[in-house]
Formats: sequence, C-alpha cells, structure tokens
Amino acid sequence: MEIRKGIAVSPGIAIARSLVIDSRDYRIPRRSILPSQKATEIQRVQEAFDKATVQLSALEQAQVGREHQIKDIFAVHVRFLNDQSFRRRITDCVEHELVTAEYGVSTILREIASHFAGMDDEYISERAADIYDIERRLLTHLLGDVRQAVEHLKDEVVVVAHELTPTQTAGFNKTFVKGFATEAGGRTSHTAIIARSLGLPAVVALEDVTSCITSESTVIIDGNRGVVIVDPDEQTLEEYRNYAQELSRFEIELSSIRDKPAITRDGVEIELLGNIEFPNEAVMAREKGGMGIGLYRTEFLYLYSGAEPTEEDHYEAYAEVTRHFEGRPVVIRTMDLGADKLPFSVRHPGEDNPVLGLRSIRYCLQNLTMFKTQLRAILRASVLGDVRIMFPMIGNLQELRQAKMILRDVMEDLDEYAVPYNPDVKVGIMIETPSAALTASLLAFDCDFFSIGTNDLIQYTLAVDRGNEHVATLYSAADPAIFYLLRSVIHDAHKARIGLSICGEVAGDPEYIMLLLGMGVRTLSLAAPMIPEIKQIVRSVTMKECNNLARKVGTMDSQRQIKNFLRDATTKIIPEAF
Amino acid sequence: MIATGEHGRNDKDDGTLSVPEYEIEVQIRNVEGLHMRPAMQFVDTASRYDCAIEVSNEGTSVDAKSIMQMTMLAATCGTKLRIKAKGPDAGEAIAALRQLIEVKMFGETPA
Repeated sequence: MEIRKGIAVSPGIAIARSLVIDSRDYRIPRRSILPSQKATEIQRVQEAFDKATVQLSALEQAQVGREHQIKDIFAVHVRFLNDQSFRRRITDCVEHELVTAEYGVSTILREIASHFAGMDDEYISERAADIYDIERRLLTHLLGDVRQAVEHLKDEVVVVAHELTPTQTAGFNKTFVKGFATEAGGRTSHTAIIARSLGLPAVVALEDVTSCITSESTVIIDGNRGVVIVDPDEQTLEEYRNYAQELSRFEIELSSIRDKPAITRDGVEIELLGNIEFPNEAVMAREKGGMGIGLYRTEFLYLYSGAEPTEEDHYEAYAEVTRHFEGRPVVIRTMDLGADKLPFSVRHPGEDNPVLGLRSIRYCLQNLTMFKTQLRAILRASVLGDVRIMFPMIGNLQELRQAKMILRDVMEDLDEYAVPYNPDVKVGIMIETPSAALTASLLAFDCDFFSIGTNDLIQYTLAVDRGNEHVATLYSAADPAIFYLLRSVIHDAHKARIGLSICGEVAGDPEYIMLLLGMGVRTLSLAAPMIPEIKQIVRSVTMKECNNLARKVGTMDSQRQIKNFLRDATTKIIPEAF
Repeated sequence: MIATGEHGRNDKDDGTLSVPEYEIEVQIRNVEGLHMRPAMQFVDTASRYDCAIEVSNEGTSVDAKSIMQMTMLAATCGTKLRIKAKGPDAGEAIAALRQLIEVKMFGETPA
C-alpha cells in the first residue's frame, strides 16, 4: 500500500481500478507488471511491431516512383522492425525486468539511440534520429491501445496520468471515469477545472505516483484531503468505503435543502454565490442553490485557445452566464494573469518574481487595447442582467481611479456607436493586497463593493508561498493577523455602506463560516459543490452564537488555538463535515 | 579485390560430413561506409541465405542478418571486417557478400 499526498482540487471519494494514461510527449515512467501479466505485455510489444510494420510498408510503397531517399528511410525502419534480435531485446527487457511494453520499448530504443548518438561518424550518429522515430511510432500504437481503452470502458476506473490535456479528457464518460489523479498540475490546472465541472474527485501534484501503479492497481482518490492510496490494505479499503457511503448519504441530505433559503436560525439572511471559471459551471452553481455568481474568473478565455480572445469571445461567455442567473448578481472579474502565463504575450519581460510583478490589473493598465476589449464585452452584457465589474489586485486608490477612468472611456466609445449598456453598472474591487486591506477606508468611497480574496491576501500578509511544501503549514486563515485585517476591512465596508463578500477558499470551508458570519460577513462566494454544505451550516446556527464565537476568537493569540477552537465549534454543529 | 584468405573446411579427420564454414576479410570501400542504405543491402543479401553469418570488427561480433546489430557496428570507409558463414550455402553467401562490399561497393562512390 502506497500513500501519496497531493493537492485536493475537487472533493469526493473514488475507489476503482486504475487506468494509467501516458503521453507520448513525456518520458515513459518505469512501471512494473506482475509475472502473470508478462505474456500480455509481450504480446502487446509484438502487436505494436506488427502494426507499425504494416504502416511503414504502406508508407514505403507510397513512395515508389518518387525520391528514393524517403523510401529508403521507411525501408530501413521496416527492416528494424523485422529484426528479431531487436524485438527480442525489448521482450527480454519486459520479461526479465517485469515492466510494461511502453517502458521496454522506450528504454531499449533510447539505449540504442544513445549508442548511435555517441559515435563520431556523422552518418552513424544520425541514425539516432531514426531510432527515436521508430520509438515514437511504436509508442503511438501502444498508447493508442490505451486511448481506445478509455473510449471503450466497461468498468469503473480512476484515471491516472502525468498530466491530462483537453483532448484526452474530452473522451471521458462519467459513468465509468470516477476520479482523476495527476502528477503535475495545480488548483487551476486543466485537470482541476474539468474535475470540478464534472463533479469528480481529483488530486493533483502527486509527483511520481504513476511509478508505483501497475495496471491492476486499486486506487483510492480522496479529493477532500488530497490523498491518493495505491493498492490499499483491507482495513483502509473498508474505512474508505464507509466514508464514501457516509458522504453520499450526506449529499442526498444536502440536495434536499437546495430550494430552502440560506437563513440562520434567528432569521438573518446570508447570500450564497458561486465561484466559476467556465460558463457551463454556472449551471452547477444554480443547481446547487447558488443565488448568483460572486466571482467569475475570466482567465480561461485568455488561456484556452492560445490567441487573444476577441470581444465576441468575451461577450458570448458573459452572456451565457448572465442568462443562467437572470436578475441575480453576476460579478465578472477582469483579467488576473501575469504576462508569463499569457500564451500570446509577445513582449513579456522576464521577471524574477512574477507574482509581485506585471500582472492582473497592472498588466491591463499597460495593455489598454486588451483591457478595453474585455470591458466593452462586459458592458454590453450588462443589459442582460445584474452584471457587476470587479478589478483584481488593486493596491491603491490611484490604481482604482485609473481603471475606472478607462471604464468611462469605454462607455463613451459605446455611446458613440449607440451600443446599449447599463450606465449604472456596479464596479467593485478585490481586496487581496495588504495595502488595499489597510487603506480600505479610502478605497471604499470610490467603489460599490469589496470582495475579499483571502487566498492571495493570506499569502501576501503572512509572506508565505503556499505552494512551497516547506512552509505551507504556515499559511492559514486562522492566523490572528488575518483576523485583525479582515475585521478592519469589514468595518470599513460597513461604514461606507458598500457591499462586502468573501470569495477566497475560506468561504467554502465549513470551519470558518461561523467566524465570518460573526465578523459581519453576509455574502459568501464559493465553489458550487460546497454550497449545500455551507447552507446547511448557515441554517444550523444563530447569529448570536456566531457573534460570540467571533468575539472569543478576537482574544486568541495563535493560529493553532484559533483553528482548534473553530474545528470544535463546527463539529458540534455539523459533525458529518468531518 | 583484397582477400587475405579463404578457408573452407569440408572434411574432418573422423570422416563425418561437417557443415561448410567460410571466413573472409573484406574492406569497406565506399565513402559513406556502412550507413543506412548499404547496411540495408547487406542485411537483405545476408538474409537470403540459410547459413549463420557473423561479422566482426575488431573484437565486436554481430549477426549479419540483424540491421540493428549491423548498424551498431559503425563500419566506416576503410574498416576491415571479418565475415564468417556456417551452413550449407555458406560459400554462396560469402561470395555474394564480398561482391556487394568490394565489387559493387553498394552501388556507391568509392573512396
């Protein structure tokens, strides 16, 4: 039994046989097989050779009457594939080292290729390229099996890969694919996004998990705790089966409160909104009982196609989301990426520290054409519903005023062409830098609402990179510094009578709900799957007890003390969350 | 044609019929050596015969019918190779291979 820890990016539990997907473009990892699988793997090698030979012979034939050089290349490759000692070297590797066909092919061919590459003579060393070509061809056939396997699944599987691309995931059938685990990736990786929209458990950043998985492995994906267990022992399996059952019982319970209002026991109404990345997630947000969208992250539009999105690309996405929530708030956040992440950014200054660099609103204010395109689309969509604009990473009043001036320019442009938009569109900002949090009282008078982005606010305030496993435990919303800062921002927002919401991960974390409510937060924006559970908590507490809890937390002096206190309090209210 | 020796053994002292065995030494004469196309021609020629054929280059010995092994031999222009054939058609095999390497020079330009 192997236990690996990664990043949990989509909640839930999956227990199933593993289906490992390799990418031809990435090094094939060493994967072991059981002695009983030897014959199958050797057979796969033979079949790959046969298929490749057929393919190459056809290619050779097609060159008859043309340049003989190309024909010769194919002819040589065919001879390689027919070379029995060559084939045997691979099958011997598979047989004696008990590894997969892919690994055998890749290893042996690379050995041979490097033998050639090391030769002085140019004609000989060039043969290395031929070998790599043959390797690619054989791997395509071997991996093609797997692609076929994905399209023709008959049992439940958990998909494991180094990374998953849009093309690969497009073929996944939810009836059979029960979860994902990848070695690469982060919270906003493609895998994470797809898993969340499909509602499947997923864990990423597992490093080298594929090397400990055989094709007959049973894998447990714990998308709640970010853990993957390979070949669990009986006891662990039993524990997880029970856990999974409890979770689905809980889910059924929760779905019944979908249409019930998010209101505390003593009558205080809380607004629960959804965080989305893709237009189609809006559907799930609605289904789970979301009363609108509190954070529409628009970065996907810039990353998806590799080219800069057009005004129409923007508009269509915004219109689609707004239509799902007619009359309810849809807060659209303007581009929040760094130049280093943009696939089409030409002049990208090599930055040592991109997180603190030219990104987000700063980048937009220096790339007005791109910025105005997005603003134009948002304004056009503002006639379709209660669309609101939110600027990310605002650090000071001057920046906010600049952004608003650009917005006014765009409004004037639209006026000139008599394009309709809502001139009273609400404009707000994300409070995610310490400077914004500390000067919130100044900013509050120049915008219609704040949304506190706790993810980045915590990182910048505690000076901790939460992606760095050496210090990740220091990152916590339970730190007294964060408590004081939030308290101050909430106070400033209330004083100026502007909207206030929390859109960071804490808004979807059961342990923090009572505290946030007790601190005066009345709007939470979170990932759709968690909306029912958070609503359950809201409906189970009184504002009085939340206020008491917040007061008590204000007297505590350490992360640990606060965390334990919050956990205890929440467990009493909603034991199933743990 | 450079041949430093031909050894053919057909009879043993005990009077039993033995398998024909031939060995010659040849030198690669074309400019590009035993690269892709020549290697292919060599292997194709060798594969026409039933006998076992071995090629040696300074201690390394490979199977003449394996293109992988023949290419790895890395025989360049001027390299001297020992070819050993054992089997009923060994004589024809040797003759054909010598033709290819030293007479036809794989149909390419000589050094």
